[in-house]
Amino acid sequence: MFSFCTEPDALGAFQWFACYFTTGVHLNLYWSLGTVLILLAITAPVSLAFGFLGAMASRSRILPLSLLGKTYTSMVRGVPDIVFFLFFVIALDQALEWTKHQIVCPDWTEPIRQGANFLVCPEAKIPLGASPQVVHEIYGFFVAVFTFSIVFGAFAANVLYGAMRAVPRAQMETAEAYGMTPRQSFWRILVPQMWIYALPGLSNLWMILIKATPLLFILGIEDIVYWARELGSSKSARFFDYPHGDWRLWYFLGLLVFYLAFTRVSEIALDRITKRLSHGQNFAGGGA
Amino acid sequence: MTCVEAIQGYALRSIGIGERLLPREDFTLCQQITLIGSGVLWNIYFGLLALVIGFFIANAVAVAKASPRYWLRKPAEWFILVFRGSPLFIQFFLAYFIFLSMKQAGILPFLTAAQAGALIVLILNTAAYSGEIFFGALRTVPRGDLEAADAYGLTGWSRFRRITWPTTMRLAWPAYTNEAIFLFHATTLVFFSGFPAQRQQGDALYYANYFADKTFNPFVPYPIVAGYFILLTLAIIGLFNLMNRRLNRHMPQEARRIRYRPQLIR
Repeated sequence: MFSFCTEPDALGAFQWFACYFTTGVHLNLYWSLGTVLILLAITAPVSLAFGFLGAMASRSRILPLSLLGKTYTSMVRGVPDIVFFLFFVIALDQALEWTKHQIVCPDWTEPIRQGANFLVCPEAKIPLGASPQVVHEIYGFFVAVFTFSIVFGAFAANVLYGAMRAVPRAQMETAEAYGMTPRQSFWRILVPQMWIYALPGLSNLWMILIKATPLLFILGIEDIVYWARELGSSKSARFFDYPHGDWRLWYFLGLLVFYLAFTRVSEIALDRITKRLSHGQNFAGGGA
Repeated sequence: MTCVEAIQGYALRSIGIGERLLPREDFTLCQQITLIGSGVLWNIYFGLLALVIGFFIANAVAVAKASPRYWLRKPAEWFILVFRGSPLFIQFFLAYFIFLSMKQAGILPFLTAAQAGALIVLILNTAAYSGEIFFGALRTVPRGDLEAADAYGLTGWSRFRRITWPTTMRLAWPAYTNEAIFLFHATTLVFFSGFPAQRQQGDALYYANYFADKTFNPFVPYPIVAGYFILLTLAIIGLFNLMNRRLNRHMPQEARRIRYRPQLIR
């Protein structure tokens, strides 16, 4: 990176670290911070949308739909989220490949599931076996993002369902008295008012989501945990210009500080939003 | 292999009793249910010990955080901030590497084993979360209760022991139930976070993951884990409800029901 980095053995401590932290693999580590942020940026709105659909479905008067919504909403209650993560990543992958298989190779006669194997025709592989490594990585990342969205959508559905029920009944009765249809009163009265009730739950959910991002590592994504482990393990002088001992402790300390700062900043920001939104509301916390 | 043989061979496999090798092919449903069930023993071990030991630390932390003394309050605040503000997964990794370097220096080498090291992390983690819950409850103890205690001449430790603490527990109990449930869920992370599973003795998710990797079929092992955890969650809710009823026995009838809202903490 810097011009003085050509001779790593002859550097002073400061310059050594300046060079060390700008090696190609370290740039990968910084990119993977971006991965975490992209994950958050996609997952938060998508899971909010899933949550909204889930909450709407649970309120539905059509029995199968409300059962579906309620199952989804209560999905996260009794089971650790990590189980869902591990499950959905494989299940989604197989579902996609199976569907593509049915479309692409209709005259394939062998069974797909043969004992311990899941075999689809080569044209139905997602991504195709011949595609470059980057495509595989991006595909893996989006399966992981979708998985996160499903699981956190269920959390959000829980929060939003509670928030919809927390809107005072009198508001809805007034809407009916004005002759609004259920659809109108839902969109014009209930939805605008529910957010303030949902906010504490949603801000808590955001914190949980931030703290769940390291689990990408378990799903096989090369995220910050992966790179911290890779870079921190001891390097010998034969293969690496910047030999060092086992520094994984320091790398993980760095990650800890990163997450602490992230959650702390989010907490302060969310507190401000809550204060602003509850202005003029008639609750204990609101500045009426 | 028949079902009875599977149970004999694998029911206690996770604690090292029974067959030495895990099943390698022709996985039966019985094997999966038995082996994953034996893994649940570790989840219960971690969850129960962390909950019991963490409970005492959490009380100390909550009282320290509510203390007017600066040097008592600040450490408690930082303790809670660090453990609640960072992912448990990172805490596990960090702790493992700390214990590893301690082992290399010859200090407490047994801490690199999950049974001891991960347990310490879970204890501290749950102590921080429950400490915050107890602290919140401590601040909402009704003023009237404390004034009544003053009127009876109760001060210091006896006031805390007889008035403040029981009310704190009563107020904190619903949130603490959630914390207990999340703690048991968190125990599934132990064997994915640096701590090695020695001789393939792991928890429920470890075995489920093993089966899913071997059969490439997630639709059997993961629902089994889910089933076990639903049972475990129901058991926790049942036990905590009993305690809740005892804590609220002097209250009007409606206050005795616990409302289970898992999403609102953590």
